[in-house]
Amino acid sequence: MSGLGRVVRSGVRRRRVQTVVVGLVTAAAVTATVLGGGLLVASQAPFDDAFAAQRGAHLTVRADSGAVTEPQLAASASAPGVVAAAGPYRVLVVAFTERGGMRTPPLTVVARADPGGPVDRIELAGGRWPAGPDEIVLSGGAVRVPPGSRLATPGGAEFTVVGTARSVSDTAGAWVLPSAVGVLDGPDTADGYQMLYRFTDARTPTEVGTGRDAVVATLPAGAVTGARSWLDVRQQAVEDAAVFVPFLVAFALLGIVMALLVVGTVVAGTVGVATRRIGILKALGCTPAGVVRAFVAQTLLPAAVGAVAGTVTGNLLALPVLAETEEIYGSANTTIAWWVTVLATGGVLAVVTLTAWAAALRAGRLRTVDAIAVGRASGPARGRWASRLAARLPVARPVGLGLARPFARPARTVAILLAVATGAAAMTFATGLAASLLRIQTALTQDVADVTVTGDPDAGPVADPAAVLAAIDAQPGTRARYGRTQAPGTVAGIADPVSVTTITGDAAWDGFEMVSGRWFAAPGEAVVGGPLLTATGARIGDTVTVRIEGTPVRLRIVGEVFESVMTVFTGTATPTGRNPSEYRVALAPDTEAGAYARALTGALAGRGLTARPSGTETDPLLLVVEGLTATLTLLLLAVAALGVLNMLVLDLRDRVHDLGVHKALGMTPAQTIAMVVASVAGVGLVGGLLGVPAGVAMHRLVVPTMAASGGLHLPEALLDVYGPFLLTALALGGPLTALLGALLPAGWAARTRTATALRSE
Amino acid sequence: MTDPVIDVRGVTRRYGEGPPALHDVSLTVRPGECVAVLGPSGSGKSTLLNLLAALDRPDAGTVTVAGTRLERLGEAASARFRRAHVGLVFQFFNLLDDLTVLDNVLLPAQLAGAPARASRAHAASLLDSLGMARHAQAYPGRLSGGERQRVAVARALINRPALLLADEPTGALDTASGEDVRRLLDELHRSGQTIVLVTHDLRLAEASAGRTIRLRDGRVEVRR
Repeated sequence: MSGLGRVVRSGVRRRRVQTVVVGLVTAAAVTATVLGGGLLVASQAPFDDAFAAQRGAHLTVRADSGAVTEPQLAASASAPGVVAAAGPYRVLVVAFTERGGMRTPPLTVVARADPGGPVDRIELAGGRWPAGPDEIVLSGGAVRVPPGSRLATPGGAEFTVVGTARSVSDTAGAWVLPSAVGVLDGPDTADGYQMLYRFTDARTPTEVGTGRDAVVATLPAGAVTGARSWLDVRQQAVEDAAVFVPFLVAFALLGIVMALLVVGTVVAGTVGVATRRIGILKALGCTPAGVVRAFVAQTLLPAAVGAVAGTVTGNLLALPVLAETEEIYGSANTTIAWWVTVLATGGVLAVVTLTAWAAALRAGRLRTVDAIAVGRASGPARGRWASRLAARLPVARPVGLGLARPFARPARTVAILLAVATGAAAMTFATGLAASLLRIQTALTQDVADVTVTGDPDAGPVADPAAVLAAIDAQPGTRARYGRTQAPGTVAGIADPVSVTTITGDAAWDGFEMVSGRWFAAPGEAVVGGPLLTATGARIGDTVTVRIEGTPVRLRIVGEVFESVMTVFTGTATPTGRNPSEYRVALAPDTEAGAYARALTGALAGRGLTARPSGTETDPLLLVVEGLTATLTLLLLAVAALGVLNMLVLDLRDRVHDLGVHKALGMTPAQTIAMVVASVAGVGLVGGLLGVPAGVAMHRLVVPTMAASGGLHLPEALLDVYGPFLLTALALGGPLTALLGALLPAGWAARTRTATALRSE
Repeated sequence: MTDPVIDVRGVTRRYGEGPPALHDVSLTVRPGECVAVLGPSGSGKSTLLNLLAALDRPDAGTVTVAGTRLERLGEAASARFRRAHVGLVFQFFNLLDDLTVLDNVLLPAQLAGAPARASRAHAASLLDSLGMARHAQAYPGRLSGGERQRVAVARALINRPALLLADEPTGALDTASGEDVRRLLDELHRSGQTIVLVTHDLRLAEASAGRTIRLRDGRVEVRR
């Protein structure tokens, strides 16, 4: 081994703390970068991957069964530009009724013998494909009804849900066998045919349009009632994914910036304290270039080991998140793209190399005599005013000595401050994000009720609402209640169905968040979701005509409620002719939901109603996002604590002789720990105080952007998640992080033998 | 007869595999005595001083200072012992650069939790008696070597220690400053302060010490 090689090896071994910290910080930086970057890419690509894997339909055509025959549709597969086609399939639009009386939104039910084929291969997410005419498979995105459940058609026929499936082309809400068409067909169902096509060229709207024109030209005039481009489906899918993209960008960037910041300071500090060693090497004849090479190599060795560990950790952490996106989009990819890993690892190592090179270059250029003198001569007279001030503070002397220390090494103090502030900002942002996401989910599901009362259609007609509400009111423990029913409707100018919810009683407490305007108060008034306003171009104060089960109803919009779908909420006084199909109850504090539900069911005996404690189902993607947030936050906090630890170790190493003097003068180990901890407590507090507003600002910027990219306007209440208690706790996270980083060095300082410390230079 | 301030019996201290730094050394110092420990480099002088100051522990034998058995003390107890009973003066002063002269002198009293007002008065009195009162608010970097050593002596005396240990107190000083410190230690001896000096400086030993001990290869070679 060359002389320089021995220097590198001994440097790596001797500076064990720095070696470990450089390795750990690099590992954390690579983990955060791989995770953030990988998820960023994955959030853009799942639709394209899934579309290719499932041979998605470039064009989905709906045809009027009265205007075209099946052979005519089958012949359209030979239209110019068509490379593959599937169908014709019979298609019916049906609103089913679940047990308990709840109606599903109108579902597009496609009759297919099997899920495979040349176009739009349906992917079963659970269960199996229908085997008989009374079985049905639901699209995971349409309604969430567990397998085994039974659904009734308007005609009274019952279907058993036997599986959940997914079409990347979004061609159906449910699938049945062709033999079930006769069972499904009824008075309230619309029917037609569906044909699916893949084209030679379909990358642009023009190319898809050319293909569509070619197909339409082969069919009788007026046969095509609707044609949907895959580009529109893709746009919708990407918009869904885009809700989480700004979050991932913010967190990935935060992780990368912080990791690089700490890597930079750790590496610069490590090389900086080795200045005297560099001077000795130069005095022995080592060239400046040789010195630079030695110290860059000394840093890169642990960094490379850390990078490998970070690559593995980042990829492992991404698995559950990617599995969830695979669940949602049917993506074929459940691992991070290889090039993201390479880029992230290479990028972090490049930063490590550059920082080490710059710091070593500076040290290498020092005059040899000056480099050797480092640590022997008195340091620059910085921060003496702070020492004077601290000596007069009414605190124990070791604490005073510690408090003054940050002013003696301002550059290191700034590095600690940045590390702590970034950690505090990350923690604040993550906490706010998790709280906002939870509130968003609550506001979207509008279900904070403790007990739900539903009717059993087999037990007779639904009871008189006034009598039911009176029975609920009479039940001890009732705090609030209302009844609701849901029905499909249409609004002039919009092709898609609109969900109309009719409410009896005051429902405002059940998680509804108003974006603007007010809750409805009079007959003919309604509040609507933002997507409906966007689709119709209507504003608050406008009147719209909604057809509810064929009956036109004029409703004046008095407010916008936070919603992700096209929804109308109005009161029973509005003439829709429907009684509530379920009642929701909020309980007084200390009322046990199970006992209450049993008692209420007894009180409602004979009315065909059953009370059950409500179960709140959390969106699995939300769980993943929150898990990811917690993981990245812990990672960033660990990096921040490592940064503090490194700075303190460097500082203590610099002044180990002073430490010996203190101990020789009678400073006990406990006082030594107090001094070291105090030296970062103030900086930690300032870092917390700086980081918390930064985190709040980031939350205020990112969360509305997230929502806007998903087409949602967030009410202020969903953003206002930081109370004074939480903010105080978060600000205290700064000193806590600093304390975590200080514990090891403080213990080391306390254990240092006085005689050894006094001998050190 | 009063108890000795220092009672060292059969002390051996060994570092690693080599010969012991101290081998079966015994020593007694009475109150008010000034003892000089002489010897060439590597003879064990500093090891003996470290043992007396509870900075190190013997492998064998006992060290009793001011009635306290030092070989049994842990780190915290050693620190408390030092600030209560021992004042240390170093060759290279070991003043803290970022503290003023006054704050340097006050530090051991503050670490011991002594009342602030009384400590400040005592520090001012010490600095005055050592001719350093006008430098109380100065930083050590601005002082000459002799002045720094005076500050170090004031710091060593702030807690009124039973024993003053001085490690080569003139070793880093020019002739005039060395003479200055010699006179100061002599005055302290005359005032009744028990002192152990570790030094190469024969003139200092002769001028200040009532007794000298010469160490060679870790053993006591000569006692006078």
